[in-house]
Amino acid sequence: MALNHVSATVNGDRVEFLCETGHTLLEALRDELRLTGTKEGCGTGDCGACSVIVDGRLLCSCLMLAVEAEGKSIQTIEGMATGESLHPLQRKFIEHAALQCGICTPGILIAARSLLERNQNPTESEVRYWLAGNLCRCTGYHKIVEAVLDAAREMRGG
Amino acid sequence: MRYEAPKTLEEAIALLSGANGQARVLAGGTDLLIQMRSGRADPGLLVDIKAIPEMKSIVADAGSYRIGAAVTCMELIENEAFAQGWPGIVDGVSLIGSIQVKGRATIGGNLCNASPAADSVPALIAAGAVVCIVGPQGRREALVEEFVSGPGKTSLANGELVASFLLPRRAPHSGDAYLRFTPRTEMDIAVVGAAVNLTLDDKGICSRARVSLGAVAARALLVPEAAAALIGTRVDEAALERLAAAASAACRPIDDKRGTKDFRIKVAGVMARRAAGIATERARRRN
Repeated sequence: MALNHVSATVNGDRVEFLCETGHTLLEALRDELRLTGTKEGCGTGDCGACSVIVDGRLLCSCLMLAVEAEGKSIQTIEGMATGESLHPLQRKFIEHAALQCGICTPGILIAARSLLERNQNPTESEVRYWLAGNLCRCTGYHKIVEAVLDAAREMRGG
Repeated sequence: MRYEAPKTLEEAIALLSGANGQARVLAGGTDLLIQMRSGRADPGLLVDIKAIPEMKSIVADAGSYRIGAAVTCMELIENEAFAQGWPGIVDGVSLIGSIQVKGRATIGGNLCNASPAADSVPALIAAGAVVCIVGPQGRREALVEEFVSGPGKTSLANGELVASFLLPRRAPHSGDAYLRFTPRTEMDIAVVGAAVNLTLDDKGICSRARVSLGAVAARALLVPEAAAALIGTRVDEAALERLAAAASAACRPIDDKRGTKDFRIKVAGVMARRAAGIATERARRRN
């Protein structure tokens, strides 16, 4: 089978990879680019574990073909910290113990960042609605929501 | 499997009609990729239509709108002028899946997937939206309520695709709303959906109305009897009562894990009545 050649930008770096037409962006990130921070949960767009941002848009990388990434700018969890310095959301997740097994965490962090980029001062209800597509099966949602609200507060300078 | 991303409608039509039925249109992919993964779809050619400008644009023209079929739910939600003009359609697209899914899922895909429970479809029907279809024979138009022929089935012929939707100019004092019943407020599939679009005259009397129901039949229904219950009234209690009865009477639902026939019939009346209340409030607030 002829492979597709794709050029894209991932976390600011120019990347190139080959993919089969049926392969998802999630498969390309994990298996070709070895960026395994993005997780596969359901593979059907229900759980949000594979959330990434493509050209500013939050989406499930299991529901986008790798070949569609041509020319696109992709942000994954690997690009969230700056060197050794964690993003405020990452720090607040640790402080609030907002994770347990951690499978859902990269997707939730990416989704939460996408929310805070649009809305610096979300209400609890807005956080819960925005994160409705991210499932966590161990910690529960309360600490996650608290961590997002606390990170938003810090990022606003309060 | 081959992938093509044509830049014009003509190229897309040529690809689709040359593939002997083995091609699928790829828009947001939120249904198609799941079908491919489960083996329900195994296309030989994917025609990605997102590089075609006409299919990605929202064009306002003296109060009417042309919405490209590949416009995503989030793009519609974030378009403030559109959201003000057609809040009921935005009610519908806002309920389609998560933020992640809405970032990809398209208005054309929601129609072409032909689910009886598609959340944007009753609102489009109530709005009187027209589907613009392009194919090897040229362009044709169809009403949204006539486009879906049954669960998973549309009236698209080989080589045809949905290019855009046309929404008419709104009369003053018009409002629309869509409501659905689901056990969970987000990430769920409608057990019943109801959309109402109406216009009030200068005296507050309902002069025009369209009512549509989803998930209560093999396809979303236009229910003229329910609309007739509102026209000529102030959308008062008695009118809402008749609307609810007409909506329930129009249902031809199935029993499934999400709800029984009896439940759907009863709730369709309740949802229609509440949607009419919201649409009326919106109409009163608008000049």
